[in-house]
Amino acid sequence: MTTSAPAGLSQQLTATSDHRSEWSQAWRRFCANRIALGGLVVILLLALMAIFAPFISPYDPIDEIFRGMRGGSPTLAHPFGYDHLGRDLLSRVIFGSRVALLVGLLATGIAVTLGVVIGAVAGYLGSWEDTLISRVIDTLMAFPIIALLVVLAAVLGPSLVTTVVVIGVTGWARFARVVRADIMSLKATDFVTAARAVGVRDWRIIWRHLLPNVMGPIIVLATLGIGGIIILESALSFLGLGIRPPNPSWGGTLADGRAFILRFPHIAFFPGLMIVITVLAFNFLGDGLRDALDPRERD
Amino acid sequence: MLTYIARRILQGVVVIVLISVGTFVVIRLMPGDPTYLLLGEGEIRISEEQMEAIRARWGLDRPQHEQFFIWAWNLLRGDFGDSLIRKGIPVRQMIFEAIPVTAILNVTSLALALLVAIPAGIIAGVRRNSTFDYGTAVGSTLGVALPNFWLALMLIVLFALYVPRWFGDLPLIGRIPPFGLKSWQGYILPVLVLTTEQMAVLTRVMRASTLEVLTQDYVRTAYAKGLPNMIVLVRHAVRNALLPVVTVIGFRIAFILSGTIVVETVFAIPGIGRLFTDSIFRLDYQVVQSLVVVLAVLVVVVNLLTDLTYAIIDPRIRIN
Repeated sequence: MTTSAPAGLSQQLTATSDHRSEWSQAWRRFCANRIALGGLVVILLLALMAIFAPFISPYDPIDEIFRGMRGGSPTLAHPFGYDHLGRDLLSRVIFGSRVALLVGLLATGIAVTLGVVIGAVAGYLGSWEDTLISRVIDTLMAFPIIALLVVLAAVLGPSLVTTVVVIGVTGWARFARVVRADIMSLKATDFVTAARAVGVRDWRIIWRHLLPNVMGPIIVLATLGIGGIIILESALSFLGLGIRPPNPSWGGTLADGRAFILRFPHIAFFPGLMIVITVLAFNFLGDGLRDALDPRERD
Repeated sequence: MLTYIARRILQGVVVIVLISVGTFVVIRLMPGDPTYLLLGEGEIRISEEQMEAIRARWGLDRPQHEQFFIWAWNLLRGDFGDSLIRKGIPVRQMIFEAIPVTAILNVTSLALALLVAIPAGIIAGVRRNSTFDYGTAVGSTLGVALPNFWLALMLIVLFALYVPRWFGDLPLIGRIPPFGLKSWQGYILPVLVLTTEQMAVLTRVMRASTLEVLTQDYVRTAYAKGLPNMIVLVRHAVRNALLPVVTVIGFRIAFILSGTIVVETVFAIPGIGRLFTDSIFRLDYQVVQSLVVVLAVLVVVVNLLTDLTYAIIDPRIRIN
């Protein structure tokens, strides 16, 4: 997977490598990985697309309905064709990237925060708190997450906020499991004993001494998890329990396309393609980060 | 070993109880009144007393905790109650009619996935960095990134729309229907979709564990004493490399059930997954909460079985 850095760059690096921190070494390793860099570039482009959607999209994704063009095939002026109501599909797909990235990042943020806090508490305290939290983690990990999401979304009523909260609140278990295990092994190290001996408080030990040491694996896991969350979000919208129409989302547009799949197959094709590209980009980035942050795990 | 099994069963029971209480509570929070839906969304006009009578008939007038214990007690005796919405059809009957459909789909696709993933993973691991290795890497990366509902739709377009248009009927298979399970051909596309993701994940696991095993001392010893390549691979390497695959299958049962919910909905297959989404939309309390418990039991049992299999195959675990 790794390719050697250009000669000029590596000379520069050897000249200054005496004072390099762990993070900048990781960055150097990351930059040598072309596939991971490609993933990062695609994600940045997607982010730009989402931010500037109103300026980029050629038509209005909701209000501009072209009469008589229901399910129309792609043309030069409408490269993705029309949706089942005669709206420009390209514009809807461009605006859909907002939902995908927003839900992907926010839900992951909630899941990571919850997971780190809960995992750190369980790993640091041990005893009955750990037993209880571990059972809850097992339960969440063992249960088909889609079933849980569907029930929760039905209870709370489908919306963007519901989707983010529901995915975030059910997704923390995997992060908690990793943090818990790491904290447990770190707790036994000398620097923690030393900190405790000089009277540092528990929360400060967790915050200053333990958490920085588990950030690497968490960043990797979070990046790799975003792809899965984007798929979950679109699955939820696809089942009719995510973003409400007429707001454009990739999963919702796919669901529109499903009803007309044999008559207008292009409606389902394009949003799905965007999901695949986005998920691949996040997975490549995550793999690259893992190789860069933890060279031991590289195969 | 016995204490281990007992402890695992106890943990499983705790998980199932947690899940049933959780579902019961969450489901009651759902908006909408099932009696209202039962009466054709308010189209049938009845008096308040009649409404009360209906609630009493279904036990909806009792306190929540009483409703829970009645339901849980009946469940323990194997009585799942009647569907509230679908005019008193026993839930047990609905679930037991759906289970075989889901089971056939998932067992077939898991078997197919293993049939491809195990040899592919071994070859990729042994011939590391070969064209084959890169090929499987690309394949499994794609397989993980493809949302199953999209893959399902694209396969429908390909096999139910374009293939008949270009080639007419296929030899042996004939025509593949886009939806439903009326003929055996209907199983082809759903099985393909469900196989893809499993195959991608399992190939990765098998490759990684083959790589791991090949660096072990006992493999080096086997080579050193002059055993032929094939014997070393089959007898020493592969047997041990298969262990992680067993765990991963157990671990993935939850993902497999998730997949089945979406795929059954796309293909209009009358299995557990479709029953589940249907019942959610119809606020059919009885069916949803029973199904959730059935799913939880299934997950717990499969996890227990994989752990036990693991303990039986690998003596190192039994000792711990």
